[in-house]
Amino acid sequence: MPFHLTQGTFSYLPDLTDDEIRSQIEYCLDNDWPISVEYTDDPHPRNTYWEMWGLPMFDLRDPAGVMQEVQACRAAYPQHYIKVSAYDRTKGRQTTALSFIVQRPSRDPGFRLDRQETSDRKVRYTIHSYATDRPAGERFAE
Amino acid sequence: MARAQSGRVAHEPGSGPASPAAIQICEGTVRAMEPVTALAGDTVVDVTDILQQTQVMEVLDKLDRELVGLRPIKTRIREIAALLLVERMRSTVGLTARPPALHMSFTGMPGTGKTTVAMRMATILHRLGYVRKGHLVAVTRDDLVGQYIGHTAPKTREVLKRAMGGVLFIDEAYYLYRQENERDYGQEAIEILLQVMENQRDDLVVILAGYKDRMDTFFQSNPGVHSRIAHHLDFPDYTPDELLAIAQLILSDHMYRFSDDAVIAFRAYLERRMAMPHFSNARSVRNAIDRTRLRQANRLLARGGQITRDELMTLEGQDIRVSRVFRQTEPGGAATDA
Ligand SMILES: Nc1ncnc2c1ncn2[C@@H]1O[C@H](COP(=O)(O)OP(=O)(O)O)[C@@H](O)[C@H]1O
Ligand SMILES: [Mg+2]
Repeated sequence: MPFHLTQGTFSYLPDLTDDEIRSQIEYCLDNDWPISVEYTDDPHPRNTYWEMWGLPMFDLRDPAGVMQEVQACRAAYPQHYIKVSAYDRTKGRQTTALSFIVQRPSRDPGFRLDRQETSDRKVRYTIHSYATDRPAGERFAE
Repeated sequence: MARAQSGRVAHEPGSGPASPAAIQICEGTVRAMEPVTALAGDTVVDVTDILQQTQVMEVLDKLDRELVGLRPIKTRIREIAALLLVERMRSTVGLTARPPALHMSFTGMPGTGKTTVAMRMATILHRLGYVRKGHLVAVTRDDLVGQYIGHTAPKTREVLKRAMGGVLFIDEAYYLYRQENERDYGQEAIEILLQVMENQRDDLVVILAGYKDRMDTFFQSNPGVHSRIAHHLDFPDYTPDELLAIAQLILSDHMYRFSDDAVIAFRAYLERRMAMPHFSNARSVRNAIDRTRLRQANRLLARGGQITRDELMTLEGQDIRVSRVFRQTEPGGAATDA
């Protein structure tokens, strides 16, 4: 089975259709969560802060505006990961409330496990994204 | 017509082969409220059902009740509502067409109810399924146009995104265009607006508002905008009787009333105020009432002692007659304050 990045909500599911994405965005807006679109070609799980596609969107009522940005981001970065994040600003939460992938590169070779021998027979494990061996911007090109 | 969602349309067994129209529906071009089972010429749509579903009559009647005068405006709104209702019925029976363009211009003097009607319009369009949410985003030039190169497009787009699903109301829209300066950033905002008005009718309705003469000049210089406006609504000035009725409406909203003498005084007030500069119709009425309430409060407190409920409710002629408007016309009377 080809590698399938599992980060954020819904990532174990097959990719959402645009209608499903729209419904999720609508759910966020109904909860009064501002939404941002972010993209990256460095899918390491510790890479928490992806690049921002424009500013977060406040005070939207309808998903059409967010969908428009998602489409624009897809057009500009057809081979990047893109995610939609919704932020809950209510006191006591003040955190990302929902975040899910809305575009994947057509092929991601995934991660390999690196073992590093250190002192006293200790081994350190780390994961390494094959894609990041290539320069930024060329990572997922066909 | 809630055009974003597509609905599945089922064919009941025995309803015959799907006509071409039915196939089109199956491809998801319209959302039918209920499955369309037959699409023959004698297919029936029940108007009462549609009215009930949309509850649009309720909003239209409320508009009639709560807004004084505005006959031509109300008539046009009913016509638009009828068009959309029929459009809805047509789509239930598989008659699909591109939904009508509904961008509008509201022209009239200040305080003639343009903003108020725009808000009602947003609700009506929502009930009829023409816009998905039905909110109103009211902006002016400053909200759309930036200060430096590259500032305008994102600013305009942000406003457009906020308005999606509802109505974008651009007050004094002609300020977007500055004839004397062809490099003015307003031009960029106009171009983005034009694109959205043409290509994203599903997403929002644009209403341009302002003085009639300036709007006409604006349309002359911007024929592209003019051609995308489907309805031009011109808001008439209110007659003194209508202004009085508006006053009574505002008063009862706030649980106040005029005494008989106050009605006489207010008529005299209106007559003078209307002849003065910066008269702004219903807004002037609202402001006058606010000031009258202030004077009533002062009068009651100055008198002291026991005050009845009626007294607390009633604005008297004297509360109106001390207005600056009366002083100004007295011989040699220099206006002091309100
Ligand atoms: N026909 C009307 N009936 C009752 N109140 C009205 C009417 N028209 C305007 N008003 C009131 O007058 C005020 C100004 O109206 P507004 O819609 O802001 O005017 P405009 O946008 O044309 O300047 C508002 O408070 C509104 O409620
Ligand atoms: Mg206004």
